[in-house]
Amino acid sequence: MFEDLRDLYQEVIFDHNRNPRNFRVIENADRKVEGFNPLCGDRLTLFLTLDHDVITDASFQGSGCAISTASVSLMTGIIQGKTIAEAEKLFTTFHDMTTGKEEEIQLEAVGKLAVLAGVREFPARVKCATLAWHTLDAALNNSGNSISTE
Amino acid sequence: MTNYPIAKIRADFPILKQKIRNKDLIYLDNAASCQKPIQVIDCIGNFYKQDYANIHRGVHTLSQRATDKYEQARHTVQEFINAKSAKEIVFVRGATEAINLIAQTFGKANIAAGDEILITAMEHHSNIVPWQMLCAETGAILKVAPINQQGELIYAQFEELISAKTKLVSVVHMSNALGSINPVKQIIAAAHAKNIPVLLDGAQAIPHMSIDVQALDCDFYVFSGHKLYAPSGIGVLYGKQELLEQMPAYQGGGDMIRTVSFETSTYAGLPYKFEAGTPNIVDTVALGAAIDYLTSIGMETIAAYEHELLLYATEKAQQINGLNIIGTAKEKGAILSFTLDNIHPHDIGTMLDSVGIAIRAGHHCAMPVMDFFDVPATARASFAMYNTKAEVDVLIEAIQELINVFG
Ligand SMILES: Cc1ncc(COP(=O)(O)O)c(C=O)c1O
Repeated sequence: MFEDLRDLYQEVIFDHNRNPRNFRVIENADRKVEGFNPLCGDRLTLFLTLDHDVITDASFQGSGCAISTASVSLMTGIIQGKTIAEAEKLFTTFHDMTTGKEEEIQLEAVGKLAVLAGVREFPARVKCATLAWHTLDAALNNSGNSISTE
Repeated sequence: MTNYPIAKIRADFPILKQKIRNKDLIYLDNAASCQKPIQVIDCIGNFYKQDYANIHRGVHTLSQRATDKYEQARHTVQEFINAKSAKEIVFVRGATEAINLIAQTFGKANIAAGDEILITAMEHHSNIVPWQMLCAETGAILKVAPINQQGELIYAQFEELISAKTKLVSVVHMSNALGSINPVKQIIAAAHAKNIPVLLDGAQAIPHMSIDVQALDCDFYVFSGHKLYAPSGIGVLYGKQELLEQMPAYQGGGDMIRTVSFETSTYAGLPYKFEAGTPNIVDTVALGAAIDYLTSIGMETIAAYEHELLLYATEKAQQINGLNIIGTAKEKGAILSFTLDNIHPHDIGTMLDSVGIAIRAGHHCAMPVMDFFDVPATARASFAMYNTKAEVDVLIEAIQELINVFG
């Protein structure tokens, strides 16, 4: 019945939605930022541990739709071990992919995140995929302890 | 209902004939805004083709004709809600503007520091924020009567909250997030016993039941045209004449004045005192056409049909494992708000859209209601006069299937 949605809801997304990775609190995290999408009520808290400019640990808490949960679950995995600059660059690449600004999917750069490319066909859902990354961006730039996408 | 003219009604709504993602459109987002019958669409086109001019200002034929049609719409609204006089019908942009108008005029003139405004916990943001703004300006206090787990007003507590300081009771007639219909007659009687005026937010109630403002004895009744099969950008503020007369003007400008000099101006009488500037002429006339359409079928007939549809949908929904209906009030309009275990409303919305079903997923401009039920959002199917049991069947099947897909 839902054949049209295969690109959006790939099995990987269902899997991360059912069993989100890095779903835990980091006590004494170096950065802790809350992200909120008032339109759909998605709310997540992102925790980061930093060693100089390297992200050594990342985790999250909160609840959201399958897209936003899969996105933050994947993101918290992929940024571990990356430098702040690398993570910021990935945000830009990811953003361009999900908004359709960059038509070609840069598989090498985005890796597993490619499963989220499907949102580009669903403008109302792009924010679900990017909430985690906007929250990360705020955390890395130390711009307050909560952000809201609107 | 065997003699309900469903085939004719559906044929009157051109938009319903289309396919969305190769499936027949099933439009169940009527509480957000409903679709327009050809009678309303044609009315707009014909008015521009034949009758358009500014109103109340020209001696020429077109201006007279446009004025007549605009004022005819006022009489149509008056009859539709059984107001005593057409002077009591003020045209505004919608329910939101109507409530803001009351807050800024009646509110500022009558509500002072320490006074109380009483609302309920199921209000739409538009019946919360204007009062918060007034309270911030005046030092008045907003009181909120609680609801129970069924989404019903806890009437006893509401009554206890009416105090000597209460200057206005403002409650939703039918909740957009839950479908609950409030015991408005009882509310009005209790408030009037203490000489407190009552404002009813009728944005959701108006398309689903017949409204008689004199029988209700409410002091204000507000609604939006776009939820009543008319265009957006036009709405109605009904107010009792004595109250409207005492209220200061809202905006200043043309049409709302009698005389103007640089020293002072005198204001026009009702309802023009509240209608400054060139109004939304065409959509007002179209609102009249929408009401004519509804009365040709009969609000009682529509209400009975929709009630049957709601009962049918509710019964089917209750059979789905993992589906939770949010809002199970005994008195309820044609709204089915629900959540599914472990599936976010936004995913439900996208999945249903992919098979042509339009529902709303979100907080429905009622964040306090979401907080009360401890959900971030709900999925909401809301029914209109043109929906059918066959559409409900497709909805239910799709929900069942998406539960399977999510696993
Ligand atoms: C109960 C209720 N009140 C008020 C409003 C506000 O109506 P509008 O946005 O047309 O001004 C709505 C519309 O969503 C509503 O459902």
